[in-house]
Amino acid sequence: MIETRKLVKTFKNGDVITPVLRGVDFKAGEGEWIAIMGRSGAGKSTFLYQISLLDDPSSGEIDIDGHDTHTMSANEKMQFRLSKFGFVFQDYALLPELTALENVALPLLMQGLPKAKAYAKSTEMLKRADLGHRIDNLPSQLSGGEQQRVSIVRAVVHDPKVLFADEPTANLDNDSSLHIMEIFKDLHRRGQTIVMVTHEEQYAKMAERIIHLDDGRIVSEQKQ
Amino acid sequence: MWRNIRIGFFLAVRQVRRASKWTTSLIIGVMVLTFLNLVVVSGILVGLIQGSIESYHQQYTGDVIISSPLTKNYIENTSNVMAILDTLPQIEHVSVRYKAGSVIEANYQTRRETDKADTASGQLIGIDPLSEDAVTGLSSHIMEGLYLTPDDYDQVLVGYFMLKQYVPIDSPDFTALHDVHIGSKIRISVHGVTREVTVKGILKSKVDNVRRAVFMNGRETRDLIDRTDGNAAEIAIKLKAGTDPIAVSEALKLRGVGDYARVQTYADAQPQFLKDIVQTFATLGAAFSSIGLVVATITIFIVIFINALTRRKFIGILKGIGIDGNAIEIAYVFQSIFYAVVGSTIGLAIVYGFLVPYFISNPINFPFSDGILVAPVGQTIRRVLLLVIATLIAGYIPAWMIIRKNTLDSILGRN
Repeated sequence: MIETRKLVKTFKNGDVITPVLRGVDFKAGEGEWIAIMGRSGAGKSTFLYQISLLDDPSSGEIDIDGHDTHTMSANEKMQFRLSKFGFVFQDYALLPELTALENVALPLLMQGLPKAKAYAKSTEMLKRADLGHRIDNLPSQLSGGEQQRVSIVRAVVHDPKVLFADEPTANLDNDSSLHIMEIFKDLHRRGQTIVMVTHEEQYAKMAERIIHLDDGRIVSEQKQ
Repeated sequence: MWRNIRIGFFLAVRQVRRASKWTTSLIIGVMVLTFLNLVVVSGILVGLIQGSIESYHQQYTGDVIISSPLTKNYIENTSNVMAILDTLPQIEHVSVRYKAGSVIEANYQTRRETDKADTASGQLIGIDPLSEDAVTGLSSHIMEGLYLTPDDYDQVLVGYFMLKQYVPIDSPDFTALHDVHIGSKIRISVHGVTREVTVKGILKSKVDNVRRAVFMNGRETRDLIDRTDGNAAEIAIKLKAGTDPIAVSEALKLRGVGDYARVQTYADAQPQFLKDIVQTFATLGAAFSSIGLVVATITIFIVIFINALTRRKFIGILKGIGIDGNAIEIAYVFQSIFYAVVGSTIGLAIVYGFLVPYFISNPINFPFSDGILVAPVGQTIRRVLLLVIATLIAGYIPAWMIIRKNTLDSILGRN
């Protein structure tokens, strides 16, 4: 499903070159739930951005679902993200002027689904996430946990191949975090591939596999 | 592309609907003021002259004017011309005028031999009071005294610009009569022939041909200027409502009137300097409007740029989840169009619902005209389109600048 070979990412600031990923080889199979852990600055978020095509690596290869992403144009990568990926960000990343329903429906509308169908499917998905009573609320009218649930529904509403989550529980209290992880668990049960960055071990342990990054390299892998 | 437009519209509608009402009101306010600047500044500049042209039309030339050719000071075969005019059903009223340059003298009764004569020069115009009133409404311009009747003899109407008490101009080249009032005796001299007359009324007008003239019954004028053949100097024609002056002017020329006289519509008869001023004021107005347009474009640019900059993270997220950058640009373009259209619509309502009727009822009092607001619909629509296009560009460029930035940098707020 996802394979990286000798993935390198360096940042340049003037004459200073900072290597963040130093040749990461990684594989994720279809339906797997992988948690990426590591201390701050280990490169875990940078790694997630590379494999989710939000950023371009300095060198190395990334194959996703049989596609060599190295040769893809920016537009193709955007199409790829729209059709095959879902994203959950630490700070929810909902559009403030759209209601919960509109936020969720947006990827479907962009894929060309008629508005009525997009809204129907989004409403159904929101109800499934216990947000049926919140569909017309703006993000500012929702709690942090509710916003993150809306964000997850938006990420999976178009049935993506891979769900990427960057510290999805970092801004939430314990109850909300647990609720979010239960949703992830349920999605995984239904066959969703999930790659999740977290620094919270208790949630990482819910994944099938934990990968530890340190100083830009995979230092250990742990199967649950 | 259609999908991008659809998403762009979807985002724009919600961004406008849920934006801060203060911000939206401010942007729309700027658009309204810009629109007014585009339309009203040049409209008033042109309107000052248009008011003068309209006064000249209404108060002097009528819709069509037949005047003596440049080589003569009368219209030969005036009776034939009148007969031709009788055959045209579009003509409502006709006023025949007899004209001559004259010197008017006042206070000659009390003048000592060593004193300078109190004189002023002006046109003596002989009219049939009823016909003239029907064509130009001359009686409505009486500011003091009474209008002439057909039976009046040795009675005149004097334009107020010939009377010192009404014209505070103190220039050696500008002469006006002192202390002349209703009932005053004045002397009119034409080609050495002098007649004493009484001032019956004083006319107020901003048309030079009226305010710098003396009006008298035509019959008497003909005697005074020795025009016993009955040939007139001018024939002013008022047409029935809805008649095209050009068509009547052409019809008169076809019937041979042009062989004896100059046949002009009121527009043709305007003095060339007025036509030149209209052109100059239109250019000035366009220049002022252009500055307003540039200011509005920059304002919208800044507003959209700040909006896009503060929303950079969300733009990054949109791109991150696969929303096409073009759709996001289109969203900003739609917002800009919305501001321009709403601003222009409010501006149109203000211009046509309030300002145009207001200036018609309360014209700007200029020495040479009653200034109105000229805002032809076709020209106004062109300006709306100009504003929309300028705003569209002003909305697109900042959106494009922000959207082309790296998606991840936008999401993470990195520079």
